[in-house]
Amino acid sequence: MSQQYPALVVVVPLLSAFLISPAGWANKRLCFPIALVALAMATGSAVGLLFRVMNEGVIVYRLAGWDPPWGISYYVDHLNALVLVVVAVVALANLIPAKKSIEREFPDNQGAFYTLYILMVTGLLGIVVTGDAFNLYVLLEIAALTGYGLLAMGEGGRAPLATLNYLYMGTIGACFYLLGVGYLYIMTGSLNMVDIAGLLPSIYESKAVVAAFIICMVGVWLKMAFFPLHAWLPNSYTYASSPASSLIAPLATKVMIYVMIRLILTVFTPDFTFITLSISKAVVWLAVVAIVMGAFLALKERSLKKMLTYIIVAEVGYMVGGAWLGNRAGMTGAILHIANDALMTLCVFLAVGNIVYRTKGHHFENLQGLFKKMPFTMGGFVIGAVSIIGVPPTCGFFSKWYLITGAIQSGQYHFMVALLFSSLVSVVLFFRVIEISYYEPFSDHHGHGHDHHTTPMEEAPLSMVIPLLIVAAGLILVGLYTGDIVEHIISFAVPEGLV
Amino acid sequence: MTDTIVSIKPLLAVLASLLVTPILASSRSANVREAWTFAAAGVKFLLVVSMLPTILKGTEIVYTVVEFLPGAAIQFRVDSFGMLFALVSSSLWIVTSAYSIGYMRGLKEHSQSRYFVFFAFALSATVGVAFSANLITLYLFYEMLSLATYPLVTHHQDEEARRSGRKYLLYIMGTSIGFVLPAMLICYDLSGTLEFGRQGFLAGTGAGRTLTAVLLILLVFGFAKAAIMPFHSWLPAAMVAPTPVSALLHAVAVVKVGVFSVVRVITGVFGTELLLSFNLNWILLVATSATILIGSLIALSQDNLKRLLAFSTIAQLSYVVLGVSLLSPKGMTGGMLHIAMHAFGKITLFFCAGAIFVATGRKNISEMIGIGKRMPVTMGAFFIASLSITGLPPCGGFWSKWYLLLGSLEAQQMAVVVVLLASSLLNAAYFMPIVYKAFFCRPEESLFENKVEEAPAFCVVPLVITAIISVVLLFYPQPFLRLADMTVSRIVGI
Amino acid sequence: MTDFLELVVAKYNYWIYITLMMIGLYAIIAKNNLVKKILGMNIFQTAIILFYVSTGVKEGATIPILEHAHGPAHGAETHAIHAADYMNPLPHVLMLTAIVVGVATLGVALALALRVYRHYNTLEEDEILAQIRKK
Repeated sequence: MSQQYPALVVVVPLLSAFLISPAGWANKRLCFPIALVALAMATGSAVGLLFRVMNEGVIVYRLAGWDPPWGISYYVDHLNALVLVVVAVVALANLIPAKKSIEREFPDNQGAFYTLYILMVTGLLGIVVTGDAFNLYVLLEIAALTGYGLLAMGEGGRAPLATLNYLYMGTIGACFYLLGVGYLYIMTGSLNMVDIAGLLPSIYESKAVVAAFIICMVGVWLKMAFFPLHAWLPNSYTYASSPASSLIAPLATKVMIYVMIRLILTVFTPDFTFITLSISKAVVWLAVVAIVMGAFLALKERSLKKMLTYIIVAEVGYMVGGAWLGNRAGMTGAILHIANDALMTLCVFLAVGNIVYRTKGHHFENLQGLFKKMPFTMGGFVIGAVSIIGVPPTCGFFSKWYLITGAIQSGQYHFMVALLFSSLVSVVLFFRVIEISYYEPFSDHHGHGHDHHTTPMEEAPLSMVIPLLIVAAGLILVGLYTGDIVEHIISFAVPEGLV
Repeated sequence: MTDTIVSIKPLLAVLASLLVTPILASSRSANVREAWTFAAAGVKFLLVVSMLPTILKGTEIVYTVVEFLPGAAIQFRVDSFGMLFALVSSSLWIVTSAYSIGYMRGLKEHSQSRYFVFFAFALSATVGVAFSANLITLYLFYEMLSLATYPLVTHHQDEEARRSGRKYLLYIMGTSIGFVLPAMLICYDLSGTLEFGRQGFLAGTGAGRTLTAVLLILLVFGFAKAAIMPFHSWLPAAMVAPTPVSALLHAVAVVKVGVFSVVRVITGVFGTELLLSFNLNWILLVATSATILIGSLIALSQDNLKRLLAFSTIAQLSYVVLGVSLLSPKGMTGGMLHIAMHAFGKITLFFCAGAIFVATGRKNISEMIGIGKRMPVTMGAFFIASLSITGLPPCGGFWSKWYLLLGSLEAQQMAVVVVLLASSLLNAAYFMPIVYKAFFCRPEESLFENKVEEAPAFCVVPLVITAIISVVLLFYPQPFLRLADMTVSRIVGI
Repeated sequence: MTDFLELVVAKYNYWIYITLMMIGLYAIIAKNNLVKKILGMNIFQTAIILFYVSTGVKEGATIPILEHAHGPAHGAETHAIHAADYMNPLPHVLMLTAIVVGVATLGVALALALRVYRHYNTLEEDEILAQIRKK
């Protein structure tokens, strides 16, 4: 069984999606258990795969027994084993609180929602586990199309409109990626990533290869919302329903970061990316702009959800900059941040989901007095916020550590300044939210004298609060175990040549 | 090399109050809640004291929680300096808990559970700072303290609290993220470790003078809880907090964490030899001397008692850093000793201010003429404590001032001697009039009737205790003096 | 100048695809009507599909469908297959997938446009934005 993990991790959710659709038509209450079992199995396979990779090294799984480069093979090394676990865990952790939201927001469409949910997770898992460049395009589009479906099932007219804009940009991005793969195919005759990597070094200088790289990169940057190609993200994530946005926000962009790192490290090897091409310094500057602009744009938002989406834009800047610093610390920071940011984003979006469930809105006006009404949700939110700011011992601090160390070691201090600036702006952003939930509507009273009438606690249901608290606790645990994660997993993911 | 033993006691001491917080948050009965607070405070104090004999013998206690990078781990190391600070803060927590009960109940404050919960968090963080073995652990607990004290400072939840809360955060987190974090990472990059060394872990890394100076400035001013000017404005703003908060946190825990961290930075990160060889300590001497003089001068002009005490605190904190920046044995001893002496003295003063507010509702000195007739015990304690702060016998503060003077003579910094003497005069100038007006005023001027009506016992007893301790410390400054001596000897290498 | 013209003429197919792509991009960005944008996106995708297929072309080769491919089942002799006579089939195969993806995307896009129309009663983007701003 353990030999089949790479396939199981994609096939089980895929088949269960086909089960959910008719099951949902027959009886709505069947959807959730099927989805839960499927994701649990996927998570189990992902974790099993991670342990196998840690013990055995790189795993190559031939689909249908065809040898690469003729057949499609799944290629699992430390890098994607880690990301696989992250995707599976986040999807599972998000499903449980989603149930109540789905019942409330789409009472008649539950089957459709769960089907799309599981299919999207399939797509994301497939992107991470595949070793074939064209297969990646296919799975990319699976994830994208189901994502569009999920995001559009939201409020009134703004959700489909925002999703349509996302659709254009996402399709262009995927097409660019496809074009780049086409160039690679012309030059090397192969579509298998490892195979291409073997064939490329002799033709590094060729303009077509450089063009392939740049076109692939632009496509991937479009799909990960790297400034200035980010314009689709804020609206599409904000107007989507809570369960959809808390699935997609933590995962979609991070998986694209993984794709970028895969291209940099495995397909085009660091030699090409950092030495033959000399654009890394420029890309780091672009990342700096992304971080700063993400911070500024977040400041002027009066909607909590939209503010968080701009923070995602800034976080993407962290990871792109970290990867392109060109040294081990920076790459470690970027890979670590994939996991950390997925968890942090999940935490805050789950909190927002709870808030929307109770107060029916996600604007700052809805947040008044929330510390009294929803203390547990706000507690989880504070931990997530503290992690995004970068305070130890939460995980966010440690990825910042590596990223800043990478910046110092490569002498690109502007990146360090951008990271610190972003932390400080996050302090302002989050404490603005905390202030509103803490102070109002008490600001007319003074503190002495009488006890206020206690506002009754109106927490979200348990099935929504407990996963949030577990994820928040996870932020601290993952932070404390950073050393183990880096030492046993990430240090193997970064090639030895990178210093 | 000093002997070390491994024991989980430091971790337990830190966790003692943390573990109680769920009970504090959820108890329905205020008495149960208060009982648990006392229990936790007692346990914490006993754990700290139980480690004292080992430390006094010269052994250090180490405990590693988790290591995330070679040289950067969450690690505790109880040495003489940490023990000094931990003793001060944990003993004063017991006293403050008693005082809090009296104060909060006397004023019928709201959200008392939240108050006690975050107080417990803050004390955990303080003891964590005291026992930190390296810069990253210190940073972790420092940040935890910032976050834990925010709800305490902004307890009243009114507009003024909101503004002060913003200022508090801006100064404290802004400097810790903007200054300390990059400096810490650069130090790690240079030396491969963050562990506080006997002579500083930056020694021998080949860092040049300019880089060392920049790092010094970043790290010293980055720990803005030490309130060295110009990053001091958060302290007077934080006086909007209830008085027990001001008393413990802003006389003892938060600000002492600041100066403790700065002293650790000077001795454990840079080391006396490195600073002397680059002749960089003058930066600190100038900054702290300026803070002392300006702080004392501003205190002279204040009418609100708590604000006056706040500026006095700002000045007194810089004594600690000044003493250590002298880099002479007596100076460093004096600075470290002042942590203890000032704590006991200042907390008494704050307790008195709070007791006055509970009993009479007055906040300004101009409204307190003749109050000695009505609250003789309180004002008596106030008098003793102000003697301690000014540095006069028969109070413990005399010892630290004495050592500071000797230390500045030892380091041949005559300007510092002048600063010390001038500031003592200023201290007297702003304290003595208060006491004089309280006791010795003409009957017509007195704003109070002649009968004695003190604040509730829960408020008065603690301040009497701390005042008595201030006196006792003159005659028996142990174990603080011994601990400070041990620390300095270890640094200087005797 | 002649060099440039030679370049254009020799690689005329690539220039056509680039032009198509640019037309598609222009439509997405500049056109107001949602359906026109979607069509532009489709043109963009089609350009890439054509590009891929053209990379498989060889001089003097025919389409990659085998004649007489059935072997001994009929009792006829098996022919040796000369790969050089056939175009590269792989890009065709890949593009079948891509066409399907393109169709699916078109379907989703049109469904979304339909929902937008139901809500705003118009398919012109400027009118939709005006309605949103009024709210």
